[in-house]
Amino acid sequence: MDLKDKLVSSFMAFENNVDVEHPVHDVRTEAMKNFETKGFPSKKEEAWKYTSLKGLQKIDFSIFPKQDNALAYKDVKKYFIHDIDTYKIVFIDGIYSSNLSETTHDGVDICLMSSALTKPMYKQIIDVYFNKVASKDESLTTLNTAFSREGAYIYIPKNKMPKKPVEIVHFATGNEAALMLQPRNLIIVEENAELQVIERHQSLTSNEVLTNAVTEIFAAKSAIVDYYKVQNDASTASLIDNTYINQKDKSFVNVHTFSFGGKLTRNNLNFYQNGEYMDSTMKGVTILGDKQHVDHHTLVHHIEPNCESHQDYKGIYGENSTGVFNGKIIVDKIAQKTNAFQQNNNILISDKATINTKPQLEIFADDVKCSHGCTIGQLDEDAMFYLQSRGIPEKEARALLMYAFANNILESVRIPELKMRINKLIANKLGVNLGFDL
Amino acid sequence: MLKINDLHASVEDKEILKGINLEVNAGEVHAIMGPNGSGKSTLASVIAGKEEFEVTKGNVVLDGEDLEDDAPEDRAHKGVFLSFQYPVEIPGVSVTNFMKTAINESRKAKGLEDMPANQMLKLIREKAEMLEIDRKFLSRSLNEGFSGGEKKRNEIFQMAMLEPKLAILDETDSGLDIDALRIVANGVNKLKSKDNAVIVITHYQRLLEYIVPDFVHVLHNGKIVKSGGKELALELEAKGYDWIKQEATV
Ligand SMILES: Nc1ncnc2c1ncn2[C@@H]1O[C@H](COP(=O)(O)OP(=O)(O)OP(=O)(O)O)[C@@H](O)[C@H]1O
Ligand SMILES: [Mg+2]
Repeated sequence: MDLKDKLVSSFMAFENNVDVEHPVHDVRTEAMKNFETKGFPSKKEEAWKYTSLKGLQKIDFSIFPKQDNALAYKDVKKYFIHDIDTYKIVFIDGIYSSNLSETTHDGVDICLMSSALTKPMYKQIIDVYFNKVASKDESLTTLNTAFSREGAYIYIPKNKMPKKPVEIVHFATGNEAALMLQPRNLIIVEENAELQVIERHQSLTSNEVLTNAVTEIFAAKSAIVDYYKVQNDASTASLIDNTYINQKDKSFVNVHTFSFGGKLTRNNLNFYQNGEYMDSTMKGVTILGDKQHVDHHTLVHHIEPNCESHQDYKGIYGENSTGVFNGKIIVDKIAQKTNAFQQNNNILISDKATINTKPQLEIFADDVKCSHGCTIGQLDEDAMFYLQSRGIPEKEARALLMYAFANNILESVRIPELKMRINKLIANKLGVNLGFDL
Repeated sequence: MLKINDLHASVEDKEILKGINLEVNAGEVHAIMGPNGSGKSTLASVIAGKEEFEVTKGNVVLDGEDLEDDAPEDRAHKGVFLSFQYPVEIPGVSVTNFMKTAINESRKAKGLEDMPANQMLKLIREKAEMLEIDRKFLSRSLNEGFSGGEKKRNEIFQMAMLEPKLAILDETDSGLDIDALRIVANGVNKLKSKDNAVIVITHYQRLLEYIVPDFVHVLHNGKIVKSGGKELALELEAKGYDWIKQEATV
């Protein structure tokens, strides 16, 4: 049975375990219909031209984990930003781990989607926000919606800011030969409130894992949200990340995506600017080797006037790795005085690595500033000679230049310990000791 | 110390150096002058090991060893230093971190441990002071947004840190204001000893008033066409290159 059929037939079993009387279930059923009609996207679709899900569909994924598995904190500590205190929402094989988590209801809600979707006290918020910015049409998003049950739920009321950043971490333990996970996150940051989130998916064995995640973020007036995605997974772990962000007046939302590993990663990052004087920032560092594949699809929809968007993605591709960057910017007719910037710079360090980069601008307003640029190059030979002439060996010189190339993306990371960690991951990934403390 | 024998070098099949002979002994200062495009920077790059240039004939010998197979970093470890005419901007790497890496890589090549951090800091401070470089400067990205003069001063700071045996200064004076020129020249003079040597590439006599050469060579069309003492630089300043070009074609 292929994966689609399996998912469709699993939906009934899923229904035995959720409250089908809850209004959310109507949303699920609707979504299931859409997925049933559309199925998985194929390479024939423009948006999936360079990323094939064919291989994944042949794998016999378990849709529901059979049993829960425990992990000792000391064994997985390194996957957390453990040098600082954080709230933690942790899942093991898709099941919430109270052991590894630290949630709160103290002035803010940092807890579980399963509670939000079932407890009456959250019903009003779920009615207003759940599945309101996520696509009702895109098949993988609707697949996630159909099975939505668990994930992170964060609600930050007006003028509040949690005492510390939130880490959302998903571990896969290899309990199943192949496991499919579909976490669903809902994040609401009310007027003038602030939030920092670090998200990570980590497989701990070489068993196949496929994660199809959906995150909805609502940033109200003057809210500030920093979202960091750390993608450094095992070579048998694939991730389809669908993130939808709805922004209101004067809000700031920054999403950083660090893609250093995994088998196949697809990032669908969608910003909808429903207001004025706001700023949406997307930054990414991608460093790949082996046969890894990362596909960044970004969308910024400028719906109202006087807003900005900034996109800056850098990629370093080695060995047989492949990358895609597709940045779509839509500026509606009334969205005058829009400033939209997009930059995608890439370095290929192997003859066999490839990158496909494409800006997609749809601009219907006339008074806008839009700039975009993409480059694909090798390391600058003059810079190499300069470093080598100072006694820095070729390998280290290369690493230093690649580090320097990616570095400016990190400047905007506002959690210093995370920045340090990412710096180390970059150094590791480049396989060198840079001779100084990052 | 340095012996260059009948050196020919090309880039993309275009011959730029056409038979250079030069001998530099420990304790000496040599100046190389010559019109734009005559091959001065190319000669400097070839000595430092830039692979873009292909040596088609002749060789560069340092302390009796042919450098042919040495990568630029190997040459640096053997004591060659090139102050670039156009230093390269390296965003994202601070001057301090860059220097730490360079020093420790050189030490590693010599089988030494990393320099202890406090010793490194002290050294950096001392050399920065000597060249009157502001401390704030050291945490900035290497050469990024530096003014022309700042870049040159930074090159000599690096030289002071690395204490090379053979320093080649390619138009270090261009872009420096009068005070900076004096500071930089004093720096170079302080580093001079009977055991090391300096090759100064310049268009102007002014630098040579501070860093006084034992020999002056004129490079023209890929060849050294005239050599003399320091008075040759004065003569060039007064008369230009035409007379030499004519002599060379005779
Ligand atoms: N990479 C290169 N490709 C092609 N030609 C080159 C290259 N590098 C140097 N040349 C040429 O070689 C010649 C010598 O250049 P070089 O930079 O050595 O001159 P120079 O004497 O240092 O000049 P200046 O006084 O202007 O600094 C010039 O004609 C230059 O255009
Ligand atoms: Mg030159």
